[in-house]
Amino acid sequence: MADITNQSLNEIIENVKTKKVSSTDLTKAYIKNIESAKKLNTFVTTTFDQALDKAKQFDNKPNFDQLLPGIPLAVKDLFCTENTKTTAGSNILNNFIPSYESTVTKNLWNNGSFLLGKLNCDEFAMGSSNETSHYGNVINPVGDQLVPGGSSGGSSSALAADLTPATIGTDTGGSIRQPASFTGTVGLKPTYGLCSRWGIVAFASSLDQAGPMTKTIKDCAIMLESMSGFDEKDSTSINKKKEQYSKNLKDNIKGLKIGIPKEYRVDNMPKEVDELWEKGKKILKDLGAQLIDISLPHTKYALPTYYIVAPAEASSNLARYDGVRYGYRSKQGKDLIEMYEKTRSEGFGDEVKRRILIGTYVLSSGYYDAYYLKAQKVRQLIKKDFDDSFTKIDAILTPSTPSSAFKIGEKTNDPVSMYLNDIFTVPVNLAGLPALSMPAGVDKQGYPLGLQLIGKALDEQKILNIGYAFEKNCGFKNEIKKWWS
Amino acid sequence: MSLDKEKIKHVAKLARISVDDAKVESLTKDLNSIFKFIEQLNELNTDKVEPLTSILNQSLRSRKDEISDGKIREKVLKNSPKENEEFFVVPKVVE
Repeated sequence: MADITNQSLNEIIENVKTKKVSSTDLTKAYIKNIESAKKLNTFVTTTFDQALDKAKQFDNKPNFDQLLPGIPLAVKDLFCTENTKTTAGSNILNNFIPSYESTVTKNLWNNGSFLLGKLNCDEFAMGSSNETSHYGNVINPVGDQLVPGGSSGGSSSALAADLTPATIGTDTGGSIRQPASFTGTVGLKPTYGLCSRWGIVAFASSLDQAGPMTKTIKDCAIMLESMSGFDEKDSTSINKKKEQYSKNLKDNIKGLKIGIPKEYRVDNMPKEVDELWEKGKKILKDLGAQLIDISLPHTKYALPTYYIVAPAEASSNLARYDGVRYGYRSKQGKDLIEMYEKTRSEGFGDEVKRRILIGTYVLSSGYYDAYYLKAQKVRQLIKKDFDDSFTKIDAILTPSTPSSAFKIGEKTNDPVSMYLNDIFTVPVNLAGLPALSMPAGVDKQGYPLGLQLIGKALDEQKILNIGYAFEKNCGFKNEIKKWWS
Repeated sequence: MSLDKEKIKHVAKLARISVDDAKVESLTKDLNSIFKFIEQLNELNTDKVEPLTSILNQSLRSRKDEISDGKIREKVLKNSPKENEEFFVVPKVVE
């Protein structure tokens, strides 16, 4: 049959179910792709032998009633995987082999899938271009000098290059949606609390959420259904009935009210991003949705707020890397304190150190009120903006990113310009809301651009439905040539 | 406000990260530009705003105080950079 790896997850599942392809042949096809795509540097670790064993087990005793029957999946290297090295893109975890499995990956395996390998990412998910990874830059399959976005850059790149049929990432300030936008793929950050954080290397605990990254909206619904659910082991997990997102997917959006926030038109935004937003509005309007102008007045304060809250939480979470219980330990250091200091200095990269220092400072005695407490108050205002708007609308449409993928090295010398990448994605994390980035077109260089749909808390089904209707009428096709193999 | 080199060395000490003198210069520049960006928040009057401490409309669950795990010393010690059979080993603390 034709190359199965360029099909959607949903199509692949159908082909497995109808026995057009075995799990073993499917797995072999991905292994072949991965081996010829080393240039992209998407994988930190591969688990091919283990995957082939699992595929064989499935083929010997198939269960086609599962959501992900016999499907090999690669996941971001931020999810702890039992007996498989988990680095979080950091030198400080270069030898860490978890003795437990994260809840979301366990959920995926319980639905019939198995691990193909671990995908590169920004160190501790801190970055917007995958350039902070200790394991090297990841290349965007869209072009050989382009970043794949970040922090889930290995995930977006591997997905777009057909190295995994779908994948999962984590999103603290845009780390699923921005890389999805840069690679012409779909990425969803769920409502805070929908997917368990247990077993995910922590960055900023009040913002972190795991979510699916896929080629189509339908695939996104299948993955979300497979990975989400209440977990006792996560104290902020939401206890609610499991939804059947894929079964309930509908493309009728007639009468839905879509908010268009005026604050998302920012200075120096390329004309193409604005044009694409217009195109998105027109598509939804033609499908019977009603466009409503709204205001989210505190939008411009979201990023400054984020750069207090996230580093503060990170500095606290990353205090655990002390070279004692797991991970890297420096050979230097005469006494305990010096051992800590050297271990952390050698183990962490520059961006992670910067953020730990910011966080330590904003939480330190005498500065807490001026920074951290202030940020928590502004976070309240940002959340209130959304709450007020959602009394009169069903969802919000915005661009996903202020630009398309940029070149490697272009923004590494200026942290603030790098941070501005997340200007449209960060507010959603601060408010705990679900948001979807879906491919919508390309800029004049031919690089993909995405649009973002923001929903009310726990309204994933609605934004998936809008995305589904949009996808059918948008006509976007990801034209990636396999120049790397 | 601006951060000087001494302040940064002090914060690095608090964070238990040793910073080379050679790096303090660029770190000072980067952190000051980030704080300039962060301090936009001072434009807002937030006197009457309650800080947001949780975005969930639920309080944290408590569970029964029961042992649900244990007897996994080997697993716990497995990833330690230095251990003997029962303990994590660190450089000498007490003289």
